[in-house]
Amino acid sequence: MASLDDLKKRITSVKSTQKITKAMKMVAAAKLKRAQESAEKGRPYSEKMNNVILNLSNGISDKETAPKLLSGTGKDKIHLCVVMTSDRGLCGGFNSNIIKKAKTYFGEILKEGKELKIITVGSKGNDQLKRQYGNKIIENISFKNSKNANYFDAEKVGGIIIEKFEKEEFDICTIFYNQFKNVITQIPQAQRIIPLNTESEDENKLEDSYEFEPDEDEILNNLLPKNISTQIFKAMLENSASEQGARMSAMDNATRNAGEMVDKLTIQYNRSRQAAITKELIEIISGAESL
Amino acid sequence: MSEEFKVEIVNPEASFLSKEDVTEVIVPAFEGEMGILKDHISIISFLKPGILTIHTKSGEHKFYVEDGIFEFKDNNLSVLTSSIFDLKKIEKSRLMNLIKVAEEEASKQEIDDQSRFLIDQKIEVLKSLN
Repeated sequence: MASLDDLKKRITSVKSTQKITKAMKMVAAAKLKRAQESAEKGRPYSEKMNNVILNLSNGISDKETAPKLLSGTGKDKIHLCVVMTSDRGLCGGFNSNIIKKAKTYFGEILKEGKELKIITVGSKGNDQLKRQYGNKIIENISFKNSKNANYFDAEKVGGIIIEKFEKEEFDICTIFYNQFKNVITQIPQAQRIIPLNTESEDENKLEDSYEFEPDEDEILNNLLPKNISTQIFKAMLENSASEQGARMSAMDNATRNAGEMVDKLTIQYNRSRQAAITKELIEIISGAESL
Repeated sequence: MSEEFKVEIVNPEASFLSKEDVTEVIVPAFEGEMGILKDHISIISFLKPGILTIHTKSGEHKFYVEDGIFEFKDNNLSVLTSSIFDLKKIEKSRLMNLIKVAEEEASKQEIDDQSRFLIDQKIEVLKSLN
């Protein structure tokens, strides 16, 4: 059995770990509030954008001439997957959930004999994927320096994707991110952004005709690249809220575990101290008796 | 009968402005400035760099926008833009900075005609503000 001194050291060490996890939980909680707020504030923009695009794509009479970003290249050979993860660890299953979802998808694509290309956003995803899919990763983007998710970063990612699409480096683009549901639940999502999913959720909402100026095609050409950045921005916002939520609950658990451990160790410490005292007493008593 | 309609300006980060008592909005649409009054036909178009003016009963409000789209429907005007500045609040130094960035961009060789047109437009508007 460990000596009294060892036990004491362990208790102190667990206690200081608990302090750290507790502090991290508080920080995450404060950040979560902000991230959640900005995720909520960002929603109207992406929703409106989506609406306008839906209306536009319904207004397009000739699907054949529609911009490629909307209708796709017509092929289904090369898949580009954008895996969005965090830059920091210690957030429970946050990153692994996305990676798991992405890996299942990768498996399917490769089984069908299609080509796979990966862009990772956030360094944690890159770390987890590079062993198995290292040769498939064509780009790794990280925003370690930006404090919050901002639109400027999203535009950068969007720009890279569009540039690659125009060079016909891929046919279908899917983004992976965690959707924030609440603090303890984050749902990993796979969302296809090229070609755009234009099936509207409620069909009966289809709008009356619009006037377009200039014509639909030109507006769409202008709008679709923006929409990609918007979707990525939305994913980034959801991701950052989810990350903080996941970290908060992970740290909460860690704090609780540390507490339990401290309790257990204290009991063990007290027992062995008592055992030592009893032992000494017995020695004294039996020494006295033998006289 | 009231002549007012609703305007909402959103940027990616938040809802920028929302007003219920708007009588007229002048938007810098791609093919020229356009005044929008109540009961305008449903329209979608995109913006070029310019001044967006909102008239309300209590006065007018001006904004500088760089790009974006707008949609008018059922007496609801939604403007989606990623760069919008309140003219009252924008600082001189910020303005100068925007001009500098725009001019740098304009001096590049490899841009197409459409973006050149937009950039020239942007510089012109920004200079007029100065």
